[in-house]
Amino acid sequence: MYAQLVDTGTTGVKSLQEMSAEERAFQEKIDAEIKIEAKNWMPEAYRRTLIRQISQHAHSEIVGMLPEGNWVTRAPTFKRKLQLMAKIQDEAGHGLYLYSAMETLGADRDDEIERLHRGEVKYSSIFNYPTLNWADMGTIGWLVDGAAIVNQVALQRTSYGPYSRAMIRICKEESFHQRQGYEILLTMMREGTDEQKAMVQDSINRFWWPSLMMFGPHDSDSPHTGQSMAWKIKRHTNDELRQRFIDQTIPQLEFLGCTVPDPDLKWNEARGHYDFGEIQWEEFYQVLKGNGPCNRERLRTRKNALDEGAWVREAAMVYAKKQQQKQQQNAA
Amino acid sequence: MSDWPLYEVFVRSKHGLNHKHVGSVHAADAQMAIENARDLYTRRNEGVSLWVVPSNAITASAPDEKEPLFDPSQDKVYRHPTFYKLPAEVDNM
Repeated sequence: MYAQLVDTGTTGVKSLQEMSAEERAFQEKIDAEIKIEAKNWMPEAYRRTLIRQISQHAHSEIVGMLPEGNWVTRAPTFKRKLQLMAKIQDEAGHGLYLYSAMETLGADRDDEIERLHRGEVKYSSIFNYPTLNWADMGTIGWLVDGAAIVNQVALQRTSYGPYSRAMIRICKEESFHQRQGYEILLTMMREGTDEQKAMVQDSINRFWWPSLMMFGPHDSDSPHTGQSMAWKIKRHTNDELRQRFIDQTIPQLEFLGCTVPDPDLKWNEARGHYDFGEIQWEEFYQVLKGNGPCNRERLRTRKNALDEGAWVREAAMVYAKKQQQKQQQNAA
Repeated sequence: MSDWPLYEVFVRSKHGLNHKHVGSVHAADAQMAIENARDLYTRRNEGVSLWVVPSNAITASAPDEKEPLFDPSQDKVYRHPTFYKLPAEVDNM
């Protein structure tokens, strides 16, 4: 999802008997749905996995501003521009809530950002796709944020307190994102010209499969899911969440009067779910490796933002120190 | 931005309620911490007042002191009104 393929640094899940007394007490707390807080004892692997997952999640929110930023100056009306800016500002906020949660685990924000820029940590594969037409703003809100909501609603119950609280705040705000996205598409489909309607379909065609990839590989190819579920860092498997997303999205798609580029998609009465075609996993792994359409551009933009803002951060610190000295002099 | 100090943020959501911890922000000084906290934690009418406190100014109780600190209050049932059984005639006291 926003955190894909998070390595737990473990092989297999330990049974209660194999655990040390501390580990057992920890696991029993988790089993009893008691939240773990920053100062509580936790296994080192739990701490490291969480840092990895939350940092990946935070980076995704921050990098996720870039595809939408592309359309701020091109929004069709002033109203749409304001809505888009509000949404992008929310994404920045989500990134910051998550970095704060990550810092409670002893991780350093600058270090994690440096690691992102060196390509050592990842962000969600979805943000490496370009936004080519205005309908993409609608599709991202509806499908991408929609997929994120499915994952994040589950993560509100994650075992680590600060992460769970950040998720609760984020979920409250995401619902606006999804609705504004769907409304963009609905307006284009109801009031648009044939050309504008074609844009919507084109946008869905491009974003459908990458949205499904957001949930990560099949459970059978997801070796760390077992440990993450035992720690309740993850509450549902990738395939469960993907199915949930498809089931709730298809009726909305039909209401729009659009289709998805999957000839195998059909309702399965016996299962009570939609069947769907096989995902092109090779594309997913290539994008994660850095070979998606926009990977290099995204990282370059983030690095430039950090480098070009360095003097501002420095100047602010110098100004704050001078103000403090002035106050002390006045007091003396 | 870890070179900017960390501040804990508290928001009063409505008049008459207490300030509640919501998270943290990095800022060059307290004034900027207030401004950053406004942008980060009150974009949708979440507050009428903000406090920011340097994180390193907070002293927290240690988790392993939980029992000595909080257990003594558990066996003092006489601190609760329901401990005192009164006749039905005056029981809405």
